[in-house]
Amino acid sequence: MNVEPFIGLSALLFTIGAVGVLVRRNAIIVFMCVELMLNACNLAFVTFARANGNLDGQIAAFFVMVVAAAEVVVGLAIIVSIYRTRRSASVDDASLLKL
Amino acid sequence: MTSLSTVVLAASEHADVVPVAADGVFSWLWLVVAIPAVSAAILLIGDGAGDHGPLDRFGHLLGTLAAIASFVVGLVAFIALLGQDVAERAITHDLWTWMQVGGFDVTMSVYYDQLAALFVLLITGVGSLIHVYSIGYMADDPRKRRFFGFLNLFIAAMLVLVLAGDYLVLFLGWEGVGLASYLLIGFWQEKRSAAVAAKKAFVVNRVGDLGLALGIMLMFAQFGTTNIHDVGLNVANASQGVATALGLLLLLGACGKSAQVPLQSWLLDAMEGPTPVSALIHAATMVTAGVYLVVRSAAIYDLSEVARTAVVVVGAVTLLYGAWIGCAKDDIKKALAGSTMSQIGYMMLAAGLGPAGYAFAIFHLITHGFFKANMFLGAGSVMHGMNDDVDMRHYGALRTMMPVTFVTFAMGYLAIIGFPGFSGFFSKDKVIEAAFATNFWAGLAALVGAGVTAFYMTRVMIMTFFGEKRWREGVHPHESPKIMTVPLIVLAALSVGGGALLFSSWIVDWLAPVTGEEHHELPVPPIVITAIIVLVVAAGIALAYVLFGRRAIPDTAPQKVSVFTRAGRADLYGDAVNEALFMRPGQYLTRSLVYVDGSGIDGAVNGTAELVGDGARGLRRLQTGFVRTYAAEIFGGALVLVLALLAVNLA
Amino acid sequence: MTAFWLLAPIMVVAALGVVLSRKAVHSALCLAVVMISLAMMYAMQDAPFLFVVQIIVYTGAIMMLFLFVLMLVGVDKTDSLVETIPGQRLAAAVVGILFGFLVVTVVAQTTVGPVIGLGDANADGNVHGLARLLFNRYVFVFEATSALLITAALGAMVLAHRERLEPKPTQRELALQRMQRYAEHGEHPGNLPTPGVYARHNAVDVPALLPDGSPAESSTSKTLRDRGVVRDGAFSGDVAVTLRKLESDGPERGVIESAPISVTGPRAPKDGAAHPADNRPAEDRPADDRPADDEVTDR
Repeated sequence: MNVEPFIGLSALLFTIGAVGVLVRRNAIIVFMCVELMLNACNLAFVTFARANGNLDGQIAAFFVMVVAAAEVVVGLAIIVSIYRTRRSASVDDASLLKL
Repeated sequence: MTSLSTVVLAASEHADVVPVAADGVFSWLWLVVAIPAVSAAILLIGDGAGDHGPLDRFGHLLGTLAAIASFVVGLVAFIALLGQDVAERAITHDLWTWMQVGGFDVTMSVYYDQLAALFVLLITGVGSLIHVYSIGYMADDPRKRRFFGFLNLFIAAMLVLVLAGDYLVLFLGWEGVGLASYLLIGFWQEKRSAAVAAKKAFVVNRVGDLGLALGIMLMFAQFGTTNIHDVGLNVANASQGVATALGLLLLLGACGKSAQVPLQSWLLDAMEGPTPVSALIHAATMVTAGVYLVVRSAAIYDLSEVARTAVVVVGAVTLLYGAWIGCAKDDIKKALAGSTMSQIGYMMLAAGLGPAGYAFAIFHLITHGFFKANMFLGAGSVMHGMNDDVDMRHYGALRTMMPVTFVTFAMGYLAIIGFPGFSGFFSKDKVIEAAFATNFWAGLAALVGAGVTAFYMTRVMIMTFFGEKRWREGVHPHESPKIMTVPLIVLAALSVGGGALLFSSWIVDWLAPVTGEEHHELPVPPIVITAIIVLVVAAGIALAYVLFGRRAIPDTAPQKVSVFTRAGRADLYGDAVNEALFMRPGQYLTRSLVYVDGSGIDGAVNGTAELVGDGARGLRRLQTGFVRTYAAEIFGGALVLVLALLAVNLA
Repeated sequence: MTAFWLLAPIMVVAALGVVLSRKAVHSALCLAVVMISLAMMYAMQDAPFLFVVQIIVYTGAIMMLFLFVLMLVGVDKTDSLVETIPGQRLAAAVVGILFGFLVVTVVAQTTVGPVIGLGDANADGNVHGLARLLFNRYVFVFEATSALLITAALGAMVLAHRERLEPKPTQRELALQRMQRYAEHGEHPGNLPTPGVYARHNAVDVPALLPDGSPAESSTSKTLRDRGVVRDGAFSGDVAVTLRKLESDGPERGVIESAPISVTGPRAPKDGAAHPADNRPAEDRPADDRPADDEVTDR
């Protein structure tokens, strides 16, 4: 099993996720896209672990999952509290720091 | 001026004087300054002005008493000084340290020597008489308390000036008298002309003061001290250039204060002040401060040929300049002011002659103080009787209406023209002799000046007291009250008898330790010179009599007059020259500077600010507040980063 | 590699679905597809532990959290796909394409050394190997993640916590409010009537009958009413037959027969019991008729 296709897929998923962050306004979908990017990275980690013959990459992927979980918890809490005050989950509506 | 260079100078003579510490009566000499100063403070900052409190009712008496008390102290000190040994007549009394910065030390001290003693007597004596006179003259003025406060301030400042042992302290008094002069010229501040005249005097004096200030700075830079005695000691070791520069800078200061060409223009306008002020400040005392400065700085002038020559030239030019103006003016005070300028020119000329002339400069200064104060007060008395009219063409035949004023004025007149036996005769005669003995042209200028003086003073005399009545309607000339005539009588007596100071060369010997002594032999016997002077004076009188005594005086000033008269009436175009040379270019300069400031400097500053502002406004557009925009920028940054990494790897 | 080539297109399509679908729920489902596929890829690459964790943590916990929040925010909302920031979509496209092209190209052109494989590392089993690393080399990181998780939990609680700005209303206050609403708007203060119960029907979709035989509208759920599944006739065919039979027994039954069987006003049931004057809105009543009202308001 070659490594390159996995990495290429990982890169593709990452890019799709990034573009999704840029184009979607719904904060929840933006979050999902971020998750997509993280998962793409995880795929690369796991692939490199296999290529290098040690488990450090898998450990890294594991930590990424943990951090992603924490991030999702806090992020979704933020989304909920924003939604509660604004009745909207659009990231564009929270643009108070503009001119 | 070639013969000046042949004069042998004895510079060391001044340095030989070793001041002794004050004791006895001399240690109380500070009172001479303190009394009028305290009185001035009480009068000026005592209970609120214009509330008709006790100070408003009796303030003038307090001021007069302060001047008289000061005179008494000065007189006692003078008598004590007479009793001192000649070698111990320079007395210094340190009061306190004014400032001490590193090695620079200015002591507030009283330096009392023969020269200062004469000045103290002149200032306090004439000052007291004028205070007394002012009680009558200013009787009806609602603000006379302030007037007397200013007069006392002037007396105090003038005494600080003459008693200073340090140029910096002298400068303090110098500025003090300038302030008092400004305040008193503009005393009737509701009159626009008076306010403008005060401003003019102030500004012109600043030019001179700048010279003095620069001179003091130069002393400090060169010698590290501004003590007059120490400067005198140090300057002997300094280069010729330094001495010349000091002399010229001090001369500039003297020109400003003494209304000498080219800083003469303020004096004629200063006549806007009350007449006692003109008598005290602008005739007898303050305007002679320049002469005092030159004489006090004799040690410097002795070393600089150029500076002395400059003093002589200034004196000679001013002498003739003032005389010319005096001939043309119909305003009695301005005629007298021109005369004052001219007489101070004499003093400067004498002072510029070096040790041969210092004593005569001071001698003439003192006699001039007497007779010119006398004449100004006489003129004030005339104005008092003529409803404050100053135009001599409106006078005439006043001798019978104001006998006391006439007689006293006549004494002053005879003194100033140098009628034999009167004080002016001796003093002016000595100045002219000394001038001839040193330089023919200087002597000639002084001689011509004497003739012109006789001419214009005779004109004043005739127009005021003789001839037809040309009074305006409703004017009823009357003699002034006793309080005004008594000072006139005293001053008239001094005008007559002031020459006694020369008795057996007393004043020359008295001043010799301060100024040095020198005698130049005249090519002809002195009596010949004296005779020539008398002849010239007589010619001046005769000409005036022919022109003004024999003919009727036109009621208004004739317009078809010679170019000389016209020039004289316009102060020899001094104001025009000032305007053309300084005021206009100054205005252009300031306007262009304002323009440069407005468009150039402000433009640069504002332009920078606008540039930053525009840049910020542009950058602000990046701050949309939209998270997605920021995310796009981050993503773009990541792209650039990857590209950079790739580039580095490929390279 | 067959599995990879099978899964990869699915993943890419699902990922594109995440980005492109208009409904957030669809995005979430697509994301679940991506994640499950990823879990398979982990399994393919000798990472059984991560395979399980991916399924349990991601697909199980995190995706559920997403769906839960989606429920809160509104499931049936459809996002507008019209871009509001000028140039954003263009920038995203340009940067995205460039970045993707660049990374994919770079990866394609990179030669990775021979693949070692995890045979040795997983000799004791994958979980053992991971545990050995986790509790030796990465033990401090592991501890740090625990702190992170606690912080995150706390943070989520703080963020989700709504501070009470006014005291909690007591029963008495609630009752007063109810009475006030009734006085002002005529809102019924008590419980709504329960649906009618007939032995032969599912009770919820049948309105209760008022004494006059008309159905009480408020006794049924609004959702059912909106769907139109309420049996407005109240009597199904056989009941009507039974009734008709009963009617034919005696003329006194004609009351029921003649009663209109139609939907009446929602308040009809209890209005019949109340005083007729109270039917009108409060404003219409004469002022002297409102002492009770004022009493309520004054409290």
